[in-house]
Amino acid sequence: MTAADTHRAIEAVWKMEAAKVIAGLTRMVRDVGLAEDLAQEALLIALEKWPVSGIPPNPGAWLTTTAKHRALDHFRAAERSERKHEDISRELNKLERTPPDLDSALDDPIGDDLLRLIFIACHPILSTEARAALTLRVVGGLTTDEIARAFLAPEPTIAQRIVRAKKTLAQKQIPFQIPRGLDLAARLSSVLEVIYLIYNEGYTATSGAELIRTSLCEEALRLGRILAELEPAEPEVHGLVALMEIQASRFRARVDARGNPVLLLDQNRMLWDRMLIGRGLAALERANSLTSARGAYHLQAEIAACHARALAADQVDWEKIVSFYTELAEIVPSPVIELNRAVAVSMASGPQTALELLEPLLADPLMKNYHLLPSVRGDFLARLGRHAEASTEFERAASLTQNERERALLSDRARASAANVAPHA
Amino acid sequence: MRFMVIIKATNVSEAGGPPDQEIMTAMGNFNQELVKAGVMLAGEGLQPSSKGARVRFSGKHRTVIDGPFAETKELIAGFWLWQVRSKEEAIEWVKRCPAPFKEECEIEIRQVYELEDFGPELTEETRLQEERLRAELSAKK
Repeated sequence: MTAADTHRAIEAVWKMEAAKVIAGLTRMVRDVGLAEDLAQEALLIALEKWPVSGIPPNPGAWLTTTAKHRALDHFRAAERSERKHEDISRELNKLERTPPDLDSALDDPIGDDLLRLIFIACHPILSTEARAALTLRVVGGLTTDEIARAFLAPEPTIAQRIVRAKKTLAQKQIPFQIPRGLDLAARLSSVLEVIYLIYNEGYTATSGAELIRTSLCEEALRLGRILAELEPAEPEVHGLVALMEIQASRFRARVDARGNPVLLLDQNRMLWDRMLIGRGLAALERANSLTSARGAYHLQAEIAACHARALAADQVDWEKIVSFYTELAEIVPSPVIELNRAVAVSMASGPQTALELLEPLLADPLMKNYHLLPSVRGDFLARLGRHAEASTEFERAASLTQNERERALLSDRARASAANVAPHA
Repeated sequence: MRFMVIIKATNVSEAGGPPDQEIMTAMGNFNQELVKAGVMLAGEGLQPSSKGARVRFSGKHRTVIDGPFAETKELIAGFWLWQVRSKEEAIEWVKRCPAPFKEECEIEIRQVYELEDFGPELTEETRLQEERLRAELSAKK
């Protein structure tokens, strides 16, 4: 094994163990930022020692023990030099008085520490971006550089985001606990939001140059699958996993050979990954076995599953999709969901009914500059043979989108509709 | 990235006797670890080659050869499909796997081709063909 091989092996071990090591240490020192610093110090020692000694048989325990010794060194040094650091000396006393806590931190058979870590990294006191970066760092074991490249952000920006997040958690003295009771729902939704944000960051990446970003999808799926095992009784967790698995199944079909996005209904269903669809449907079944009161991710997964089950675009059960959108709009009222519902209605009952559903959205200030509204409306009008109005809508949509490729597509449709008007003129 | 992790056969697996209870329990625990880590996508154990067959391709000829097959060490006794972040991570997981048999044996790690790996050589048409086949196969399951 060359030095480079060993280095890569240590990196792999770190990614596998980081979350557990940091979680155990956080329980010890009650500060996730300090715990991560200590774990990083242990990693540096490992990078020095393991190339010579070989990777120990239980590398996770080795890293935790090493970091624990570093923690005690820190506290003793701090206490010797500055008695006034009350917090730190109190920590030290606590550590010395309660040695069993230290030992139990080494081994956590039921994964509660890991769950606590996920909850604290996704604490709603932090911005969503900060939660995502901190989660990838402490739960995913990613380096700051890897996170920065994935988010297309400069490394110092991400580094600062993580440092600030750690500081906020320490200052606000956020407890290292698994929320229960009424608190759980809100905290869990904060975790799910972060996982889905990470997923979507990766999902929007399409070209080869952006391939690093697609790894975010795998990372989010991994986090989701881990969470599903840690919180098996929570239907929304399985709902989110189902949604991500099914969306991931379309990865190869969602862009054409030139890299242009392909709309869901135009996708070649033969390109969909059947194994991921199978996993998604299984997760959905798990969610359905737990509740009949479906949450937002659960419902979106149901909608995705309606598409996944259809072998051809004309076999999609649109009635069912409409009913899921209606349910979704009840729990998350949003004009964007109404817009989607209108599209489903147009497929189930025709464009005239759907067009009427768009009326209230036209006056919604949130939709004023949203290009998909005129784009969808243009589509309904075109299907009704009202080409002149359709052309105007497509033009408006083209003027509103930020995406070059989309603009070209919409301008084409505007021209096509205008051309359809001409013969009657 | 995905890896297929292949447990190679031994005389014991090829004999097809009842599985060792102790090993089964250890494997069960290991599988649980894989699931908890979000690594395992699929996995199955295979029956001895005496219950299988081979089809040999030679020009237009297809010859069916019934099992069992010789060269035991080249046969496979089971497999997993894992999603991990590097080959090194796959190796590290395999090192943690309990020995699948009491006798000497091997586990092989192979990276799965993602369609992207074929690059421009795989034209849109061959892609479609391959995927159609795959979809039909899984539909028949």
